[in-house]
Order: sequence, then C-alpha cells, then structure tokens
Amino acid sequence: MSATLPPPRLLPSGDSAITVEFNRNIDEAANQRVLALDRSIVREPIAGVTETVPTYRSLLVHYDPVQIGFDALSEQLVALAQLPVPPVTTTRRWRIPVVYGGEHGIDLEDVARTLNTTPDDIVARHVAGDYRVAMIGFTPGWSYLSGLEKSLHLSRRQNPRLLTPAGTISIGGVQTGVQCLAGPSGWHLLGRTPVRTYQLHRDPTFLLEPGDAVTFAAIDAKTFADQDRAAEHGEIVAELIAA
Amino acid sequence: MTKLVISAIGPASSVQDGGRHGAQRYGLTPSGAVDRLGLAVANVLAGNPPLAAAIEIGPFGAAFTARDGAVRIALAGASRNADISGRTAAFNTSITIADGETLTLGFARVGSFSYLAIEGGITGEPTFGSLAVNARAGLGSPYPRPLQAGDELQAVAASGVTERRIDLPAVTEAPIRVVLGPQDDEFDDVQKQLFLDSEWKISATSDRMGYRLEGPVIEHLHGHNIVSDGTVNGSIQVPGNGAPIVLMPDRGTTGGYPKIATVISPDLGRFAQTPAGKVFRFKAVSMTEAQAEFKKSAEFLRSLPDRLRPIENFDLNIEALHDANVAGAAVSAVDAATWQTPSAADAQGPD
Repeated sequence: MSATLPPPRLLPSGDSAITVEFNRNIDEAANQRVLALDRSIVREPIAGVTETVPTYRSLLVHYDPVQIGFDALSEQLVALAQLPVPPVTTTRRWRIPVVYGGEHGIDLEDVARTLNTTPDDIVARHVAGDYRVAMIGFTPGWSYLSGLEKSLHLSRRQNPRLLTPAGTISIGGVQTGVQCLAGPSGWHLLGRTPVRTYQLHRDPTFLLEPGDAVTFAAIDAKTFADQDRAAEHGEIVAELIAA
Repeated sequence: MTKLVISAIGPASSVQDGGRHGAQRYGLTPSGAVDRLGLAVANVLAGNPPLAAAIEIGPFGAAFTARDGAVRIALAGASRNADISGRTAAFNTSITIADGETLTLGFARVGSFSYLAIEGGITGEPTFGSLAVNARAGLGSPYPRPLQAGDELQAVAASGVTERRIDLPAVTEAPIRVVLGPQDDEFDDVQKQLFLDSEWKISATSDRMGYRLEGPVIEHLHGHNIVSDGTVNGSIQVPGNGAPIVLMPDRGTTGGYPKIATVISPDLGRFAQTPAGKVFRFKAVSMTEAQAEFKKSAEFLRSLPDRLRPIENFDLNIEALHDANVAGAAVSAVDAATWQTPSAADAQGPD
C-alpha cells in the first residue's frame, strides 16, 4: 500500500457531529478526499453515524453519542481519511440546459462589462466549462460546482439580493452554481435552467449527487418555456450523457 | 370523522416532530421541534411515541375546537393560561376536549413555544419520514406551511383512559452550555473570553432558522468569510457584523461564517425557550462533559413513560365533559384579531 495521506483536522461541531477538515480553502484534491471518505462511510457504515454532509473541503459526520463517543469515532475517521483515494470508476455526467442573459440572467451584461468582453463571450466560456458537483447545501438542491474557468472568477455582489428566481445559474468567487428554489443570493445571475435539482414527487427527488460531472448547454427562451412546463410535470429535462 | 379545528392561532405555529433526517447532503434541513423535551412530554402524555408530530405553538395565543367527537390532547413546553369552557386546563397533563368545546390558550408566559399533542398523533403524509413543516422547501403535512385559523387536523375519537400528568424538574436558569468549535481558531483568546464572559439577549428578529444574539461585537481574526461547511442545530456562527446567530432546526445545511461554538444538544430546548430580551450567559464545557450530559438527557427522554401518573379525583373524564358540553357550545372561539392583545387573564391566572 502507498504512503498514507496527511491526517485531516477533526473539529468538534457540538456533542453529536464532527467536521473532518482536509483544507481551509477550496481545493480540488481536498474535495476528492471529502467525497472518498463519504463513499467509504457509505460502503462500510460506522455504527452510530447517522448522516454525512460533504462540502468543498470537509465532511460533516453526524452521529449518536450514545452509540459512539467523540474519541472512538475520531480515531476511525482519521484512519479512513488517510487511506489512498481510490480512483472513481463511474462518474455520472449531466448536460443542463440554460437560457442565458436578458430577464433570465440579469447580471450577464454587467459581468461582461466588468470583465471587458461581450455577453456572448461570457456565455461561450461558461458553456465550455467541465464542472463537478463539489457540494449541495444551503437550501434543497443548491448545487455548488467546481471547475469555473479562472477568467470568470469574480467577487460576490456588494449587496446580496433577497430574492433570486428558482433555477438560477450564477457565478460567485471561484464557483458556479445551480440554484433550485427561489431565495437570497449574492452571486452574479447569468441565466436560468428549467431543470429542477429538487422536486418532491419525482423519482429521484434529488437529481444531482456530490461528485457528478456537469456541463451546460445554451438554449433559447422558447425552449426554456417548453422545458420548464415539462419539468413542472416531473420531467427531468437534464440529459444524462454518461453514467 | 373526529377532528381538532384551529379556531385561532398566532404566527410561528406549525406541525413539528423529531425532524427529517438523512437528506442534509442534498441541502434539505431537518426542521423539527425547537424544544424536543416539550414535544416528547406532550406526546408521551397523549400516548404517542415521544418524537411523533404535534403542534408547535408560537408565543401568541391560540384556540382549538373539537368537532364530531371528543379529542384527547396534552400540553407541554412553554406554559400559558389555558381553559376549556371556563375550566382551567393544566400543562404537563393530558386533557380531553369534549365535542364542540374550545381549548383557549393565552400568551406563552415562561418560554416561547408550547406543544399540543393529539392522542393517536397527527394524520398526514410524511416526506423523508417526517411531517415537520419546512415552509421554504414546501414540506410538511397535512399543511406545508405554518398553521392558520380554519385548518383542521384529523383525530381519533378520545380513548377515555384516565388522564395523566408528568412532574418535571424545575427549569434551571444555569448558563447555556457550549462546546467550542468548529472554527474557534478564527477568534483570538480575548474574543473567545468576551463571548463566554458576556451577558447576551435573544433578539426579537429571531425565528426557526436562527436566533440572533444581542451583546458585545465579536471580532474575527481573519475576516468573516470561510469556505462554506456543514452546520448543526446549535451552531453559533459569527457574521460580518460580529453579532452571533445560533442556528435552529430550519437553518441552512451549510454556511460560510466562522462558528465559534456549538450549543450542546441537552441545552438546545432550554435555549430555544429563552424569551427575547432576557439576559443569559454561555459556559464552555468539555466534550466529555457534553457527551455525558447528552446521555443523561437521552435517558431522561426514554424514561418519560415511567413518569406518567394518573390524575385522581379530577373531573376531566368523558362523561363529565359530555355534561359540560352545553356550556361549551356557548363559548365562542377566540377572535383572531385580538390574539396580540394580552388579556387580564394572561397577566395573572393559575398555571
């Protein structure tokens, strides 16, 4: 077996959760280790662990302290987290349709101006990206994607908006994201997708998993309206192009 | 079909249970009762599993009417004046509301949230194993939103079993215990000490997502942005303005502010019941102590059914309630427009 990886930091999150932190910053290698640890806990459940929440740089492990104490669980997590990261053999890849700009992406023109280019060029760069779901959080289905091209890195808005539309596709910092429900956001809104990453009475309820690969495809407003209606009735409308 | 009709109810009232677990990895927050002990006491008195769904009633008043049969319920959590057709109804006891009678509740007097459990539980369609309302995600059953006047909850006909009570230890005024972390290293020792040594108050702008704290400004060591990571009930995050927010069951599952400490689970209910404006303090405890307290509190919850005592010589049996029903029908429901005005009875009255 190859040399073990450096140990993660184990941070107490109260009496019934541990944050297993691999890096303080957004880091692709750290995210791979997060997802690998998550997979190994799914594969071989640890008695007392009730739920795991992968994020960019850490895995939050919820547990029942009646079944396992902080020290015993920490020991197991440290050992698991230092095993070599197994190569991922199956990655699901989704193509997600997006209508860019205009009323659907009210910040596209501003973003183009700030980056000294045209809206079409911003769309071309965003569509060209090869993204991965780094984490899902905040509200149901809000998927944070890694892999945003450097030239699109932009600090967040000074004044976050209190309400942004369901299906918003936006960029913020080094990330891009697919927002499912309407809600607050400080990111720059580039467009909207008809895809529901969370829909209650659909199978599956949650479309994307942490680790999934994602690409975007530009669609026009008419296609958006049609697909939005179909999605409303439970169609997935995102295309699964590899599994 | 027997039902409990909500004749009047204030904001921040909803169906809640032990919460919706297992989907935080998809951004779905657990929701659930803010005071699990209150929920459990009400349920156990009503003969239900401790974390079954019940009505979580916000700080204002409420009124409930039994229709098409008698409904057996139990009240726990924040105490209030409660009466059925002029008879005082006690907290931490089960009570049967006769057909047509109305249970009227005043403002919460000690604490904020009360729990009303219905014998047989609440009928609804669970999502991810829970009926708990999460209004933002459109989840919860039978209503995926806070409760409103006119809502109806299906009930089973009252069993007529002897009413019961549970005697609870007095609520302590001790500091709210926390475990430092996960990001206490984003604050220097002076700021950590300031957090632990200061008097705090809960802001009136608090809700089921988070309780905002009023007190000294807590300064960060390296700014207020961290890479988003997972949150738990009781996470104490410190945003840019330095005013800590304690995350509650409707929290976002991840957050990008440093978390200086976490309220220990056994103290979460007591913290949630601290009224806005009341001074309290935090106290740091070790992980060993926190987990020992967790076990004690889990054991206490488990022992609740053993603590049930029959109520002797009390006239709350079905026959008496049927007799009283003539008077009950004459009592009108609380006018929803008046629920924000405390009545004289709210100010004094028996517990």
